[in-house]
Amino acid sequence: MTPVPDARKRRTAPRLLWQTVSYHGVMLLFAAIFLLPFFWMTISAFKTKAQIFADHITWFPNPIQWQNVVTLVTRDDFPFVRQFMNSVFYAGSVALAICFSCSLAAYSFGCLRWRGRNFVFILTVCALLLPGIATFLPTYIGWSKLGFNGTYVPLIAPALFGDAFFIFMLRQFFLGVPRELLDAARLDGASEFRIWWQIVMPQVRTALIIVGLFAIVYTWNEFFGPLIYLQKKEDFPLSVGLFTFQSGRSKEWPLAMAGAFFTALPMVVLFLFTQRLFRQGLNSRSLK
Amino acid sequence: MIGLTVFTIIPLILTFYIAQTKFPLSGAPKWIGADNYLAILNDPAVRTAVRNTLTFAVLSVPIKLVLALVLALLLNRATKMSGFYQTVFYLPFLMPAVAGSLVFMLMFSPGVGPVNVFLEFLGFSPPDWLLDPKVALWTVIILNIWPLGVETLVFLGGLQGIPKDVSDAADLDSPRPWQKFVWITVPLITPMILFNLVIGIIYSFQVFTQAIVFGGTTGRPAEATLVYMVLIYRAAFKYFNMGYAAAMASVLFGVVLLLTLLIFRTARSWVYYEGESR
Repeated sequence: MTPVPDARKRRTAPRLLWQTVSYHGVMLLFAAIFLLPFFWMTISAFKTKAQIFADHITWFPNPIQWQNVVTLVTRDDFPFVRQFMNSVFYAGSVALAICFSCSLAAYSFGCLRWRGRNFVFILTVCALLLPGIATFLPTYIGWSKLGFNGTYVPLIAPALFGDAFFIFMLRQFFLGVPRELLDAARLDGASEFRIWWQIVMPQVRTALIIVGLFAIVYTWNEFFGPLIYLQKKEDFPLSVGLFTFQSGRSKEWPLAMAGAFFTALPMVVLFLFTQRLFRQGLNSRSLK
Repeated sequence: MIGLTVFTIIPLILTFYIAQTKFPLSGAPKWIGADNYLAILNDPAVRTAVRNTLTFAVLSVPIKLVLALVLALLLNRATKMSGFYQTVFYLPFLMPAVAGSLVFMLMFSPGVGPVNVFLEFLGFSPPDWLLDPKVALWTVIILNIWPLGVETLVFLGGLQGIPKDVSDAADLDSPRPWQKFVWITVPLITPMILFNLVIGIIYSFQVFTQAIVFGGTTGRPAEATLVYMVLIYRAAFKYFNMGYAAAMASVLFGVVLLLTLLIFRTARSWVYYEGESR
């Protein structure tokens, strides 16, 4: 080995090390800042009221107040378990409805040829950019006149008719289905509906799971819709339940934090287990 | 497609119709022409809400995008920890807005939360974030900057899409890293900037959940967190003045639409698309 690279190596090695250390130092600092709210929520969920409002900050609850969890599931004025199940039901049915309707629409946009297809697709993308603000009032009035105010119908039914964002996302995947496969099926005399169900759907299974996951997360966190359509505590999903509990007369922070903790937990766990899919989904929607 | 018509186009037209009526939910709409729009112009609450919403948008969107870009640049190198960092920065996006708002309220409470304790430790005399009307909106802004994982990943996707040879050539040609950043990196990720900008603006004009958790329908403290969407909500579902709410909603819709069109119009001159000759 020649001495030249050796000398170079000796000179750069400490610098490289220093760079690596400072890089990870900065990143870990950022990471700590971003995780702080999660940490704070978690520890506050297991503190007593006195510990939360103590003069000096306690970083770890001591002893851990498991009692908060018990209170959370037994309190009458905050039907947490009921609201949790409502959220599960709400997010689950919207996700299923979205997967069904959007895959049909995406099949039509991605795999079929019909007159005006591109025009209608552009219209759909425009709807994506259209803020919900422009439409929610008449929709609300309409559902109220039909007598569905106070039920989950106005919250779930629209999902059966598709959602521009998810149609757009799915179409990207549907475009990747080999054309030859579809033509072969058509030659064999399969109906379009059957092609969609038996040929295309198995091909885009991953995409469907991704869309389902995104739909679950969005619906779980959805606040405005349930807020305006639902009135009874027992009907609320968690987002609205937490809000009304905390804005009510009882400012009970430990309970609110325990509620927040168990509202966020399912989403965090879901994400940690399905990260790879989430990332794939995000990449697919980058617009060009 | 029927769905699109039923749930988007018809309500869109109806919004503009209702906006011209006096419509208490229980009764029938009564045509009053442009009165609702005139009332908006003379409503002091609207003025406050517009000011708050604009402040929110002007501050939160650029700060969020710059921070997201910085994080994306930092993330754009392969280390054993990359996956972990990406996960961490994406996590806040999954925090339900109501839960996140409640946590932030607690964290920013003076004497109770870690934020002021830390600032005092650094020698600042931090304000009462939640009760001081001058800074209350900042708390909402910070809360909205926190979930920037999506923006960061969009930027990161853009950075990783920069061809290796272009990046290498730039390393050889430009003596300083910031020159490469300004003349090579930024132009190549302008599509991602455009995307994030449009989404950010549309979203920030409609910020609602965090504001209503912080300030209720009155925008506590002293209307400092009263944003436009909260005002619409208040008009429609507290006072049941559907006509007035629809008028406000249609104004907001018009403004957002105009802004979006404006950005897309100017985009032609600053967004670079691969393979496009200029």
